[in-house]
Amino acid sequence: MGDRYVYILALVLAATGLAVFAYQWRVIGFPLTVDQEDPVWTIEARIAFEGGPGSIKVNLNVPTLTPGFRMLNENHVSRGFGFSLNYGTGGRQAQWAIRRGEGPQTIYYRISVYEDPTARQADTTPPFPPVPVITEPYRTAVDIVVADVREHSADTPSFTSELLRRLNDRSPDPNVELLLSEAASDADFVEVATTILAAARIPARMVRGFPLAGRQRSAQPVPWLEVHDGDTWRYFDPSTGVESLPERFLVWWRGNEPLVNVEGGNRVEVDFAVQENYVGAVAIAQTQRAQVGSPFPDMSLYSLPIRTQAVYGVLLMIPIGALIMVVMRNIVGIDAFGTFMPVLIALAFRETQLLYGVVLFTLLVALGLTIRFLLEKLRLLLVPRLTAVLIVVVLLMMVISLLSDRMNVESGISVALFPMVILAMTIERMSVVWEERGPGDALRAAAGSLVVAVFAYLAMGQPWLEHLIFTFPELLLVVLALVLVIGRYTGYRLLELGRFKAMTEAS
Amino acid sequence: MIGAAARLRSRGVLGLNERNAEFIMRLNPRRFYPRVDDKVKTKQLSLEAGMAVPDLYGVIRNQGEVRGFESIVESRESFVIKPAQGSGGDGIVVITGRGKRRRDAFRAASGLLVTTEEIEHHLSNIVGGQYSLSGNRDTAIIEYCVRFDPVFADVSYQGVPDVRVIVYRGYPAMAMVRLPTRASDGKANLHQGAVGAGVDMRTGRTLTGVCQNLVVDEHPDTGALIAGLGIPAWDVILESSARGYEVTGLGYLGVDMVIDRDRGPLILEMNARPGLSIQIANGTGLKTRLAVIDRLYDPAATPEERARMAREAFPSD
Repeated sequence: MGDRYVYILALVLAATGLAVFAYQWRVIGFPLTVDQEDPVWTIEARIAFEGGPGSIKVNLNVPTLTPGFRMLNENHVSRGFGFSLNYGTGGRQAQWAIRRGEGPQTIYYRISVYEDPTARQADTTPPFPPVPVITEPYRTAVDIVVADVREHSADTPSFTSELLRRLNDRSPDPNVELLLSEAASDADFVEVATTILAAARIPARMVRGFPLAGRQRSAQPVPWLEVHDGDTWRYFDPSTGVESLPERFLVWWRGNEPLVNVEGGNRVEVDFAVQENYVGAVAIAQTQRAQVGSPFPDMSLYSLPIRTQAVYGVLLMIPIGALIMVVMRNIVGIDAFGTFMPVLIALAFRETQLLYGVVLFTLLVALGLTIRFLLEKLRLLLVPRLTAVLIVVVLLMMVISLLSDRMNVESGISVALFPMVILAMTIERMSVVWEERGPGDALRAAAGSLVVAVFAYLAMGQPWLEHLIFTFPELLLVVLALVLVIGRYTGYRLLELGRFKAMTEAS
Repeated sequence: MIGAAARLRSRGVLGLNERNAEFIMRLNPRRFYPRVDDKVKTKQLSLEAGMAVPDLYGVIRNQGEVRGFESIVESRESFVIKPAQGSGGDGIVVITGRGKRRRDAFRAASGLLVTTEEIEHHLSNIVGGQYSLSGNRDTAIIEYCVRFDPVFADVSYQGVPDVRVIVYRGYPAMAMVRLPTRASDGKANLHQGAVGAGVDMRTGRTLTGVCQNLVVDEHPDTGALIAGLGIPAWDVILESSARGYEVTGLGYLGVDMVIDRDRGPLILEMNARPGLSIQIANGTGLKTRLAVIDRLYDPAATPEERARMAREAFPSD
């Protein structure tokens, strides 16, 4: 009787999930697979500061002319701030202002761009820069350097290259050394270069932007040098002097001004997150949603801040791992330590990659177990002993990270993200089982945990599945329905067939 | 694979999933679990119901009381230490005597001498919760060490053989004798390598045994034949186990008893999640028997009547 309710509930859940899924897919047009069209890059700037107690004005330089890229859309999130876009000397400036604001404030600005090699976005030809006012002794140094470089170059590009080569010389001549004496950062370095170029009457400016690649949780703007040769702007790598632009370089702002300027606030922090989305179709779908007038509220995870999206990308896969575990436990009948431990181990594997993960897990548990048996001789009480094991596990991880770093094995470093409390508990449980039921049982359960973890990892790591669940989270209802149905599975477990073998052979 | 499953089903073999979903969850309300998970409580309840249990010498409830261990066992030559909330025989230490020259050294069932210090460390572990089901703090029990009836002497390797009866809705459904082996380290637990011998419900005589899920005719250590041994006081055993239903309120129950040379059958512990290997030991599926009990179930029957009905209902085949 109970069965019927479970099945009806499962059916309702699965039907709801599939119906919403079908709607999102067929009507709204969310893509089923990660489509291989041009990627869309979303860059998010987060400005956090301590505001008040008076009026606050925040100016942020935002992308204006972006060679190689076109803007898809841009938006911003702030609480109670008025917003305006102005044109400053370095390009567009977003301004947020509020009459009265106090306490910690956060403002998000987000822009989505896609690559378009035809986007030349020519800038106006600048006038010759005025001779900069430079005080002694820098003035003489600049003059000497300009004269010297001019002698060794033919035109603007070769002048720039030669200048940058000298500035980057490992044993610079005293004049260069003097000019660079106060350059603390890469940006300062480029600023010095622009000053010298101005003194040579060459229009030059600093540009800052991001080389776009994959998903970055915190990206730093990279300074670059832009020089006008009287015809077009050319880009130079400030650290080598080679005329080039990094691959997929999105120019964020130009000029020497700082990125952000906050009046009436302090402790300003700006960070950037970059996300590569194949959301060309998703973005279109979202526009579509607005036109169709969808009866559902906008539940798409793509509307969340990118940082949160990255977290949900992982979080939403946990039910898949748990489903694998349910199958392995109740249908296959594999023994494992703890209820969700294998899933947590699988999550840890995401950081270390599978092979390293398995090796490290085995290594750490084996070493930990050895030490646990040594501790046994000391006859410690339970909680101090567990703590001792935990500390040893942390130390072991540290040693392994250091060793692998020494041997240039990069994956070792991420072992630090391995959930060490889980490792310590595993070691403790395993040692108790080992003593009480013998090594056979302990090793079997440990191997079982590992097998389940590997399967869970493989399932959770499928990119198409990740995309599917992230784009259509309603599919988790189907997973829930499946789990409910398995919860009422009263048939034999696969391994029980072997266990009761004697019963099938008799008679 | 499907064929194997079908054969098992036709023989009425109960699997883990079905045991959990259909019997334990339906018939064993969680609120009654403490009655069987805490051996001190089981002992009290059994005593109140007029059932025989091994005498309790003392309990150690916290770290501070561990020092009282010596005074608890001062006048005792043999005793057993158990975690009150342990499972699967984990953490049980059987002391059969004391050292010849030193009274503070004890002889374990294995023959090894253990010092008071080692026992006290073990007690600390128990109290700290190392063996408890939940990992919470636990109580250590020190109780009478059963001198088991010589009937099983030839088919036991150290340790104490016990009788496990599965009681379904108050009716004894199936029984087995669990015989310790060298592999099980003197423990009467099948998954640790003990031999389980099926029991003919009508006569109380043993059938063939099972060890590590394989059918065996002889005890692996002593070589003695397992089948055909008559269990003493079989009617008392069936009646006491049937009474376990009233004591615990659990509809799917495993009752473990030992047979003492002098005092007869004693209730050792009860189990809300009894294992399934008993089916292999008896060569019979549990589901068939549970179905029979469902048919003759009579809510008004007394434990004596239920025990008698079970004896009549399950002839050996």
